[in-house]
Amino acid sequence: MASQDSIPGTIMLDGPMATKGYPLNKMCYSFNNASARDEFRADEEAYYEKFKLTEEQKQAMRQRDVIGMLEAGGSIYYLAKFAGILGLNVQDVGGLQTGMTTDEFKAFLVKQGEV
Amino acid sequence: MANLLGGIATSHIPAIGVAMDKGLEETPYWKDFFDAYPPVRDWLYTQEPDIAIIFYNDHGLEFFHDRKPTFAIGASELYENADEGWGIAEIPPVTGETELSWHIVNHLIEHDFDITVCQEMKVDHGLTVPLTLMWPGHKYGHIKVIPVAINCERHPMPKPSRCYAFGQAIGDAVRSFAGDQKVVVMGTGGLSHQLDGQRAGYINKPFDLYCMDKIVNEPELLTQFSNYELVEKAGAQGVELNMWLAMRGALENEGALKELHRSYHLPISNTGAGLQLLATDSAR
Repeated sequence: MASQDSIPGTIMLDGPMATKGYPLNKMCYSFNNASARDEFRADEEAYYEKFKLTEEQKQAMRQRDVIGMLEAGGSIYYLAKFAGILGLNVQDVGGLQTGMTTDEFKAFLVKQGEV
Repeated sequence: MANLLGGIATSHIPAIGVAMDKGLEETPYWKDFFDAYPPVRDWLYTQEPDIAIIFYNDHGLEFFHDRKPTFAIGASELYENADEGWGIAEIPPVTGETELSWHIVNHLIEHDFDITVCQEMKVDHGLTVPLTLMWPGHKYGHIKVIPVAINCERHPMPKPSRCYAFGQAIGDAVRSFAGDQKVVVMGTGGLSHQLDGQRAGYINKPFDLYCMDKIVNEPELLTQFSNYELVEKAGAQGVELNMWLAMRGALENEGALKELHRSYHLPISNTGAGLQLLATDSAR
């Protein structure tokens, strides 16, 4: 994909990004298990250590910075499982990434049908 | 030979499964979406298929980046669903099938698709939501399912033209299978959507309608795209069109197709949600 121009607002999850994101994605993949979600809730910092997150990934997680997580190699498939722990759905996550409230983001979705 | 009755393309958004669990089908947000499904369910009821080959993408239930196949097929008597981490209810096990699965595997390898074979695999919402949509109330136990997973998450992923050719090889395998089984193929996911990045929420209705139009008789107009172009035109997860193309590829050597249903609804969750039914001459 590197030979292509980048698409604005889009971070391609290619091989190098997946390499960078591996610890973060592996941690979020673990959230398929309820016991892992509980362990994370009990001590987030210890859980970051367990999966050897990079400092960039830890910072993005601490700040609930979704764009930061993507830039640190996160894959939305696994980040969605983290969002679930926070009780957020994909409209909430869309709002967080675009600087909109969830309601504004929902209205934005509807508007794209008016063409 | 086994007979291909037709293909169904449908959205597989998790929120659909949640809405069905909560009985929200008649609420204003969902009504138009769910109203599109009864004609397709009626067709399935009339046709009585024995086997459904379902092209879908795993979203991190069975496969993680440690070992993520580009193309994978199940060959198991049973497939289980499991906790995906964010709250969609688990559904009862899906009935599998092994004889046609292995026949397809042999045919694929013989025709240069060196596929990953899974004798045990968990199936996620990419497969379970379409099953639930087609047979509500979890009444899908009678149909034998062959899951076929395509990587739509991590680049590089198989090209649209390759997904089409892959589907075509599977269609040929079905026709060369000894038996009189009736088979349907399904392509799940899409259409345009992007969950991640500052471009999140991107939907391209004109492009979605173009795809639904062209997939019937001019799929070559769609298979010429690269995955990069699909991301550009249909959003980061719009590459799920590849499952529709695999479904359509399976019907390639069936002769003329009859389009029996087409509907499109926007937005469902963050997505342009399409439903399409293409029948072959083998259908009643």
